[in-house]
Amino acid sequence: MKLWLVLMLVWQCHTTALANEAAPLAEDPVVEQRLLTIAEELRCLVCQNESLAGSRADLALDLRRELRTLIKAGKTDAEIKTFLVDRYGEFVLYRPPVKPTTWLLWFGPVLLLLGAVWMLLRWIRRNQHTTAPQKLTDEQRTKAQALLQNTDTPP
Amino acid sequence: MKKTLIPLAIFGVLLVFLAIGLTRDPKEIPSPLIGKPAPVFTAPVLNGQGAVFRSKDMLGKVWLLNTWASWCVACRYEHPILVEFAKSKTIPMVGLDYKDQDAAGIQWLSRYGNPYDVTVTDKDGRIGIDFGVYGVPESFLIDQAGVIRYKQIGPFTEEVIKDTLIPLIRELQP
Repeated sequence: MKLWLVLMLVWQCHTTALANEAAPLAEDPVVEQRLLTIAEELRCLVCQNESLAGSRADLALDLRRELRTLIKAGKTDAEIKTFLVDRYGEFVLYRPPVKPTTWLLWFGPVLLLLGAVWMLLRWIRRNQHTTAPQKLTDEQRTKAQALLQNTDTPP
Repeated sequence: MKKTLIPLAIFGVLLVFLAIGLTRDPKEIPSPLIGKPAPVFTAPVLNGQGAVFRSKDMLGKVWLLNTWASWCVACRYEHPILVEFAKSKTIPMVGLDYKDQDAAGIQWLSRYGNPYDVTVTDKDGRIGIDFGVYGVPESFLIDQAGVIRYKQIGPFTEEVIKDTLIPLIRELQP
């Protein structure tokens, strides 16, 4: 059993060593899948509107290579993200962490929405007041009655 | 009267924010490494016949790490400024030839002058990644304790050297 494990490990080391020299496409699909999931959430620093997964910039290639090594070393997603944040800052994260300096970013839109709803309610209420039924003067009343009587009776 | 002023005020605030936004360069991403210990590295010396540079050996000195490459256009602009600054022998300067070929780097230095006390190579860009380099040239001012005190993103200009770098060095050097 132990011998098998050792053999398996040796075999795996051997294949990964070979894979390092092969083209990236030929690499372990599991690693590639994880790399893609993580890199989709990260910003490429050279072309800032592209994700690290999609960018063809030289730096993105290098960083994907770094991430592959980290994935193979058994690092968790959080550890890999920390690796990049420690070097490039939180700017690399497309989903910034919730903390006092990013509160405005996270909750600002909700505040704006609440403010808009409040203003809308105020506006509606004010308009209701102005359109409240007004009392008719006696003169207006007789005029209205005259108009009503003049209309043809429906068949 | 008052009510018509409210949208105008909101517009004014928006205008101020947009104006501030225009003065900022989105390419300049503040480094999280400022105030933190510089990554420790060992690297082969360019044209050093197997000699190795250890960043630890620089402890106790204020020094400048300047990343450059022979393929980097902005470095061409920065280089004469660095050559001029190096003449003053203010601080040791270490060049990091980032993702470059040795022959090209050596040729570049012999053609445009060598401001560096030592130049090391970073062929696969690993050291660059540890320093959070995303576009050469970038430079790091490192103090006696090995802490990064300043990062210059993009080429140094004469003004930046005179108004920022030199005062900072004076502050750090006893």
